[in-house]
Amino acid sequence: MSGYLLNRLGQALFVLWAAFTISFVLLQAMPGDAILIKFQNPELGLTPQQIAEIRASYAADSAVWVQYIQTINRFLTGDFGYSVQAGVPVGTILAAHLPATLKLASLGFLLAATFAVVIAFVASLTPFAWLRGAIQSVPSLFISIPTFWIGIMLIQIFSFRLKLVPVINPGPWQELILPVITLAIPISAPLAQVLVRNIDDVLTRPFVAVARAKGATRHWVLWRHVAKNALLPTLTIAGVLFGELIAGAVVTETVFGLNGIGGLTGRAVGSQDAAVLQAIVVFSALAFVVINLIVDLLFPVLDPRLRTKAGATA
Amino acid sequence: MTTFDTIHDDAIASARGQRAGKRFSLPLSFRRLPVGLILSSLVLAVAFLWALAPWLFTSYNPLEGVGGEQLRRPDASHLLGTDALGRDLYARIVYGAVHSLTGAFVAVALGLVVGTSIGVIAGSVRRRVDDAIMRLVDVLLSIPSLMLSLSIIILLGFGTVNAAIAVGVTSVARFARLSRSEVVRVRRSDYVEAAFGSGGTFAAVLWRHVLPNSLTSVLAIAALQFGSAVLQISTLGFLGYGAPPPTPEWGLLIAEGRNYISTAWWLTTAPGIIVVLVVLSANRVSQSFGKVAA
Repeated sequence: MSGYLLNRLGQALFVLWAAFTISFVLLQAMPGDAILIKFQNPELGLTPQQIAEIRASYAADSAVWVQYIQTINRFLTGDFGYSVQAGVPVGTILAAHLPATLKLASLGFLLAATFAVVIAFVASLTPFAWLRGAIQSVPSLFISIPTFWIGIMLIQIFSFRLKLVPVINPGPWQELILPVITLAIPISAPLAQVLVRNIDDVLTRPFVAVARAKGATRHWVLWRHVAKNALLPTLTIAGVLFGELIAGAVVTETVFGLNGIGGLTGRAVGSQDAAVLQAIVVFSALAFVVINLIVDLLFPVLDPRLRTKAGATA
Repeated sequence: MTTFDTIHDDAIASARGQRAGKRFSLPLSFRRLPVGLILSSLVLAVAFLWALAPWLFTSYNPLEGVGGEQLRRPDASHLLGTDALGRDLYARIVYGAVHSLTGAFVAVALGLVVGTSIGVIAGSVRRRVDDAIMRLVDVLLSIPSLMLSLSIIILLGFGTVNAAIAVGVTSVARFARLSRSEVVRVRRSDYVEAAFGSGGTFAAVLWRHVLPNSLTSVLAIAALQFGSAVLQISTLGFLGYGAPPPTPEWGLLIAEGRNYISTAWWLTTAPGIIVVLVVLSANRVSQSFGKVAA
């Protein structure tokens, strides 16, 4: 078990390092650099010499590999660089924007899970084939709608037509209603899809037949025997869902003008602020790796059948 | 990899699963063509015609507005109304098709060519190179695809082609994984052994036997990827990283309509519905394509 754990940790660290390197290569190799964009503006009236001094203070002209070593050292000590555009350390910016995104993402994920469970169980419980087919096709519809458009349509319908949710000066929770729904819709789709397939799969197992033969009702079997077995494998798509949550947050926060990591990402791209974007990329890779690590280590704990052969899940 | 892919992997997987049972599924699938498939093909056909010959579908200029016709509601003369500059929205959507669709084509082609090459090399060389390449693919998959796109956009700058490249790169890892597993599967088969046994060189066997036999499911995924690419490109367009205004790219149309959301609902509603229809149709058609190909 400990060998497996070490191996898995090593893998995670490798992926993290490689993700850092890729993002460094992508973002430091960029032609237009943020320092020039900000300080070459003629209105600032800086002489070329002053610009050169500023560049030297950011170490922008040293060799790429020196910058690489310096950057990786800084990241390891928790210093994520300096945003040239905003003029503050990247760490401070991230910390300021994180709470809004965490709130949006966790609420969005909870609502998505609710949507998915409702879709999956209603689809399995409904006695009519046509209704079942209709409900089961909902996820593939959800996944075909651009997330930003969902947000705009929700604003249009609920804020401007029905005037249910105020657009101007909403309360701290009111302003989250529409963004959370917007985020939840695309994320519920893969969850529902996996759940529907798992439930179908579990329903054909012998223990379901045994339970039914003992006289248990359909609902009881679904709740007592199927739910547990069908919910567990959804953990395997946790990493994919996280990626979708990030993408959803960028779009949703841009549409609703929320001040979180997503909106920050959008602005960083617009102003070519590579330092901020690299920190965000590295952090999302870190979160992805940690989530997958937790899922892999949690599986044997949650599923007694795997406990004896934990190494086999690697 | 996006959730879009996860969902549609199932379609491919189930199509592949069915192959084992029904060997002659082709005539059956032709006998009862579902209505949904016909409608989807029709939608796609219209969208492609818009891209190829937009002037056949509308007489309005998509870039120059008519004075005094600003923000007209949809009616007989302007099917989908007009925008704030008096430009016909329907004309803008028709002329925008070429941007959205070629963008998606470039993205899919890039992912297909680069990803498949990487996968085929990894799958046929094996050992160290294989390990190294597949590790790299794992790393690419660990960066959320939108983050990867945005990094590439920062690197290349804004624009239609750059947005297409950024979307294409996100699918490279996926194509590489799939084509590698297919190549490994085909390499184990008897006819490849036989080809090597009868004196075929590595390159010749790869080209004549391994590649053609591993490509079917890769092409099916490419077809599915198309819908996803349309979606991602419209997202980048909406965020303002794609084609610059006044290009009538679909994502950008929605972004521009946002400013008139309280007064002119059609400006955001209509282009969005078009994107949804095209993506849904592309998925529906490519799923059946996957079934026939598999």
